[in-house]
Formats: sequence, structure tokens, C-alpha cells
Amino acid sequence: MNDSFKDHALNLFSTGFHIDGRKLDEYREISYETGISNQSAEGSARVKIGMTEVVVGIKMEIGEPFPDRLDEGGIIVNAELKPFSSWKYDSGPPGINAIELSRLVDRVIREGKYLDLKKLCIEEGKRVWIVFIDIYPINDAGNLFDASILASLLALRDAKFPHIKNDRIEYKNLSDESLPLSKKIPLSCTVFICEENIIIDPDSDEENFIDARLTIGITEDNVICALQKGGMTPLTAEEIDKMVDLAMKKTKELREIIK
Amino acid sequence: MAGRLLIEDKEVVIPGQELAEGMDYLPGGNIIREGEKLISVKLGLVNVSNRLLKVIPLVGGYSPKKGDMVIGRISSISSMGWRVNFGWAYDAGLSVRDCFDRFIEKDEDLTKYYNYGDYIITLITNIMGNKIIDISMKGTGLRKLGPGRILKICPAKVPRVIGKQGSMIQMIKEYTNCRLLVGQNGFIWLSGNNIEDELLAIKVIKKIEDESHISGLTDRIKEYLEGEVGIKNGL
Repeated sequence: MNDSFKDHALNLFSTGFHIDGRKLDEYREISYETGISNQSAEGSARVKIGMTEVVVGIKMEIGEPFPDRLDEGGIIVNAELKPFSSWKYDSGPPGINAIELSRLVDRVIREGKYLDLKKLCIEEGKRVWIVFIDIYPINDAGNLFDASILASLLALRDAKFPHIKNDRIEYKNLSDESLPLSKKIPLSCTVFICEENIIIDPDSDEENFIDARLTIGITEDNVICALQKGGMTPLTAEEIDKMVDLAMKKTKELREIIK
Repeated sequence: MAGRLLIEDKEVVIPGQELAEGMDYLPGGNIIREGEKLISVKLGLVNVSNRLLKVIPLVGGYSPKKGDMVIGRISSISSMGWRVNFGWAYDAGLSVRDCFDRFIEKDEDLTKYYNYGDYIITLITNIMGNKIIDISMKGTGLRKLGPGRILKICPAKVPRVIGKQGSMIQMIKEYTNCRLLVGQNGFIWLSGNNIEDELLAIKVIKKIEDESHISGLTDRIKEYLEGEVGIKNGL
């Protein structure tokens, strides 16, 4: 790690600013668009947080339910960190970071009860809808977690069921029926800690020397639905309290943006 | 046969363009002679001074020259010294004997001098044909760089950022109170007292990079800096 840059950034953190001049608890500019790929996916969304860009596609399939949940459909989240999105990633099967990302998105959506899995059931025990959420980071300039979760939620909102004709899914022919989504949107905010500075939304340079991070999924009723800690440094109880408070505040702002 | 000029002074030329015919004109930088023709090898502005033609490139990467002061990043460490990347395809070698006058033990830990990822300002001392570059840390001002950030600009714009006899860089330093070091390879080390100063310096450098081909650059930048510093001080 480049120590001179780290020292410089820590000096700036102690004055309350990111290296690009934002306050420590400010996001970069967030923009999104949905329905970017109506031809090949049932739902899609692109989210940009600063230079970070994530594209999510939703595909639907009919399959058999899991043996312990005969009346429920399924969600399968898949994330791929391709080398074109950052110099940090190599080609090949998904690594530990990609698995963490996909499981985190899965957890926020599943435990936040955003998708009503019972309504995805077509015929109990035999046929259910399985929703594939495919996450493709186009550019990783930091804070991939928040961007991916935002994009996944927006893509789910954009998705429509395809028509079924003679037991076959007509992917080119989408109905007007949206997925059975809850009105209450669960969201997540990743809070980073770096030598006593609590920050959010670091860029890729800052992310390299972060001590620890905590991704906090929060429902609209301010209930924590997912937690994921990363980084080697342990956290104290007070630090976690502060991080959760900040995440509660920021998820409210995010919710306003995607409303 | 009398020579004939095919272009005008300060015209934009593209690689492969014929600039002059005949032996009366001489090829300068970024121009080759093919038969009786002078041909540009870069995209840039052509400069005609009497019989000498040269092309000042508008874009392009860095190609190392002997005697250039460059900013580089330590990319690997061996028992003999360091490898330094400075934005070229091949890393340069920095040998231990080009760093210190005193004796270094054979098994000494070299990371305590320059560690992986550190930025240094260094001098290119020798370039061999087989892409091997020697750099040295012996000389005034050559050192490891302290806390600060690295900007990367197009190496073709470095002379504009520095200005005539360093006038431009001096002006940026005066108005923004930042410490700045510009390497010939387009790497700039920047360290300011607070975030506003730094962001202003970055903005000015980007402005120079964007507008360097338009004449009257120094005056425009001075006006801009005066305006920005005035706003900051509430004038």
C-alpha cells in the first residue's frame, strides 16, 4: 500500500473531508436508469455512484421448488467481478469477493421481505418461478455493495413476468404484470471505518486502506435485516452504534432518491 | 531543386502527413525524412522556424529521455534494488548503489528505504536499446515523496503546466499554497494544507490540460486563479 497517499488521506479525513472534497458522510452523485435491456432481460437497471457503475439484469425461469419450501419460488443472485471493471479482478470463476457481494444482495432482498416468494408459486410442489438476479459491475470505483443493492432493487421493480404459452415461456413477449414486491423497500448502507474516522462511499483509492466495513441492511420500518462485516480490524460496540445510526440516516436519503 | 512547404506554421498535422518537399527543409522532433519528403509521425501542431520543422504533439504517451526527472512508483523489490514504474510499458531499474553513498549490507531490508507502492522522484540516467532504463536517486531534490496525492496528466501537456522557466507552476503554487512536483512523465505530486486549496490546484491543472492549445493561456489561468481565490477570501 502506498503509505504517503494513506497519510495524506487520513489527514484529510481528520478535517472531515473525502479526498475528492465531499463530507465524510456524503454519497457521490447517484443516478439510475431502468429498462436498459428490454430485449434480453425481464428487468434491468443501471446505477451510477460517481464513477462506479453497476448493471443488473433479472431473468425468470420456471423450475421445481426446494423440497423444504414447496409453496415458495426462489431467488438466485449471481455476481461476477470481471477484469474490465477494475485492475483488482482476474478472470475465472467467481472469487471470494464476488460470492460475498452476491450473498449480501441476496440477504438484503430475502430478509428485507422485498419479494413475496409465496406469490411466485404456480403449482404447489411442482412449478414455481425462479428469479435470477445477475449483477455486472461495469466499473468498480469504490462502494460496489451499495451500488449493487440499489441496482438489484431497481431491476426487480422494473421486471415483468413473461407470458406462458403451451407450457413454454415466451421471453420476447412480456406481460404487464410486475413481480410481487413489497411496498416497503429494504436498503443497505455500507459504513467504513479507518482509524476512528467513520466514512461512507469511499472511492477505489480510499477503499484500499480501509480498516473495516459494515454493510447494514435496513427496512423501511428501521429494522436491521442484514449485517455483513469485512476487513481485519475488530469493531467496538460504540463504533457499531455510530455506524448503525449513520446507516439509518443515509438509507432514508437513498430511499428518497429511488422513490 | 528548391524546397516547397506544404503546410503553414502552427497548423495541425496528422501522422503520415507530408509537410515539405525537397532537401531545403530539415526534420526536427517527431518528423522523419523519406526520400525527398518530410513526414510527421505524430498528431500535433507544426512549428516552422526558417528551415527547421518540428511537430509539437497534442496527445500521446510518455517516451523516456535521458536526463528527465520523473515521478515513479515502486513496483517490486529485489535484493539488488527496486523496480520503478513511471507510466511506460517497461519498468526501470533502480540499483542500490545509485541511491546511497554509504555501504548497504547484503541482507539489509530494503523496504525501510523505499517500500512497495511508494512514489519517488527520480532521474533517468541511461536508456539502453533493449528497453532497459537506469534511474538514479543521487542529485538535488531526488527523494521519496511524502504525504500527498498523485495526479496523472497527458505527458504532452507537461511543458504547459510548468510554463516558461516554471512561471505557470510558480503561479499555481502562489495562489493555492500547495506543494507541487511535476514529473516529465505526466505524474504530478500534490499536497496542500486543506482540501479547498488542493481541489483548486487540481481544477487549474485540469484546465491547463484542456485549454493548453489555445493562445493566451497564462493570462487566462491567472485571471481564473484570481477569481477563484477572490471568492474564497470573500472579495
